[in-house]
Amino acid sequence: MRVIRSLALAASLFSAGPALAAGSAPTPPDAGFGFAGLFGTFDRGALQRGFQVYKEVCAACHAMRQLSYRNLLEIGLSEAQVREIAAQFQVTDGPNDEGQMFERPARLSDRFRRPFPNEQAARAANNGAYPPDLSVIVKARPHGANYLFALLTGYVDPPPGVEVMEGMHYNAWFPGHQIAMPNVLNPDGVEYADGTPATVEQQARDVTTFLAWAAEPELEQRRRMGVQVLIFLAILGGLVYATKRKVWADVKH
Amino acid sequence: MAIGLHDSPFKNPVIRWIDQRLPVFTMMQKEYGTFPTPRNFNYFWNFGALAMINLLIMIATGIFLAMHYTPHTAYAFDSVERIMRDVNYGWLIRYVHMNGASMFFIVVYIHIWRGLYYGSYKAPRELLSMLGVDIFLLMMATAFMGYVLPWGQMSFWGATVITNLFSAIPLVGQDIVIWLWGGFSVDNPTLNRFFSLHYLLPFVIVGVVFLHVAALHITGSNNPLGIEPKGPQDTLPFHPYYTIKDSVGMVAYFAVFGFLVFFMPNYLGHPDNYIPANPLSTPAHIVPEWYFLPFYAILRAVPDKLGGVVLMFGSIAILFVLPWLDTSKVRSMRFRPIARIFLLLWTINFFVLMWVGAKPAEGHYVQIAQIATVIYFAYFLVVLPALGRLEKPLPLPESIARAVLGPNATLGGGPVPGAAAAKPMDKA
Repeated sequence: MRVIRSLALAASLFSAGPALAAGSAPTPPDAGFGFAGLFGTFDRGALQRGFQVYKEVCAACHAMRQLSYRNLLEIGLSEAQVREIAAQFQVTDGPNDEGQMFERPARLSDRFRRPFPNEQAARAANNGAYPPDLSVIVKARPHGANYLFALLTGYVDPPPGVEVMEGMHYNAWFPGHQIAMPNVLNPDGVEYADGTPATVEQQARDVTTFLAWAAEPELEQRRRMGVQVLIFLAILGGLVYATKRKVWADVKH
Repeated sequence: MAIGLHDSPFKNPVIRWIDQRLPVFTMMQKEYGTFPTPRNFNYFWNFGALAMINLLIMIATGIFLAMHYTPHTAYAFDSVERIMRDVNYGWLIRYVHMNGASMFFIVVYIHIWRGLYYGSYKAPRELLSMLGVDIFLLMMATAFMGYVLPWGQMSFWGATVITNLFSAIPLVGQDIVIWLWGGFSVDNPTLNRFFSLHYLLPFVIVGVVFLHVAALHITGSNNPLGIEPKGPQDTLPFHPYYTIKDSVGMVAYFAVFGFLVFFMPNYLGHPDNYIPANPLSTPAHIVPEWYFLPFYAILRAVPDKLGGVVLMFGSIAILFVLPWLDTSKVRSMRFRPIARIFLLLWTINFFVLMWVGAKPAEGHYVQIAQIATVIYFAYFLVVLPALGRLEKPLPLPESIARAVLGPNATLGGGPVPGAAAAKPMDKA
């Protein structure tokens, strides 16, 4: 009885959580991502397609400064493929022995090249808006991946009577509905190497999966380890409880 | 105390040699081996030991995090991400530390509630209880400063809001805030000193925990009946009875902890703290971590800034004088049918404060917070002092053993207590 009471206490503590995340924005629908469940994993195909969408569409404005090209080995690309991808980008290195900075093709160890050298340059090129870094964007927004997927597929005509400001765009899921980012995903806007039809929804789904992985690259290892730890604790708990029963067997309490 | 070698009971020559010169083994045997402990503890009595374990986990993980963390406004956020990505098992260490803070407060809130329900704060355990409140305050300061270190949006704005509270102090308030900041806003000097203090305070906590435990071992533990043990028939040696019972609780605690860390590590956090701190952009709602929400609700319930600050600190300070506010001689709520109902209502009210603390301070939420604040204080200032005189408690059992073994048991000198005390030696 008292154990149940303390468990109920603990449970009610946890239920305070969602209240923290709830803002004024509507709750986006569950997009049914495979990595969303307790034991979910990332679809490698979606990760690679998602990286392609990031590279060809998002990377024009959005940096991912926490990622290095070597991290792409984790989404199932071979080392040769990743070297080839990295080499497409010129990064600044130096100073060399003459004291000069110089450009060279990126290597595995380089961070993803940023589209703008600094925030001011990014704002200047984007009508005053700052495209946020996407490294941990899925962890940095309430409802994470579901929100991003809803946002990317949420460009609709504004309802009658709503005036969209100059340079802004109407989005059903953005808080306040006026977003500086235009609708950048177009049908067949990218050409997938694996032949997957590049609908807007498919691109949004793939790039959201990629961003979810970028935010939590440890997710699969963490869940695997979690299962092992909980199985271990279940066995240990049984043994400890049996020992407790034995120790207390001859004591009335 | 006589000077000279300690008369050690240990046979092993090495242990004996040390114990004669520094009787740590004798002390451990006395305080954690044969220490007489009431035989009727329930699982609520696990939480003191769990809090101790939690403190050690926080210190251990914190030391490793500090090896990789950079306390500078330009690098703090990125250094935390580097821990998450490039340090071996850095994600694990950080998620354990992050969720460990939440676990620590869950454990300590249950521990404090246990004390409220079973009257553990009453004579002769007043100082023990006050040391506990000291630990709670130190924990809150440590947790607050720790939350600032990742230098996300909630770190920065939480620090701004909380340090600004001191500006409510008349005359010198603004100067104190500038002194706390080390400048004219929350900035690099603030982050640096918070890191330094966040590393220091846990060791201060260890010191106060030592005093808390030392005081506990003078008075002995309270128990669910709230009556003092009268003899050996009422107690059991701490080991093995309570070492094993604490172990059961510890495994359950690790299961909850593990589930949080491995399956929902960010559930109790706020997404805004994964946005790097930006002094030019205020979040729509600044909310503290969940464990501060009840006190944040009290702060915002008062329209006057100074009044809010006084009530917020008062809501914890009142626990210092609780032993004297509660005028009832009966400790355990089991025998206080009316006080028990009020404590349960107060507990629900605590969760109401926690819920409303996460809501914006506008409209009906303000009124709810105000009513809940009044209820919070009324329990301590009105209900407990009055009930001690008005309430007729249920009859107390004659002794712990009588209550546990039943009225017909033979007590004292019989085989029961002797056998129980001798058993652990036989088994070892």
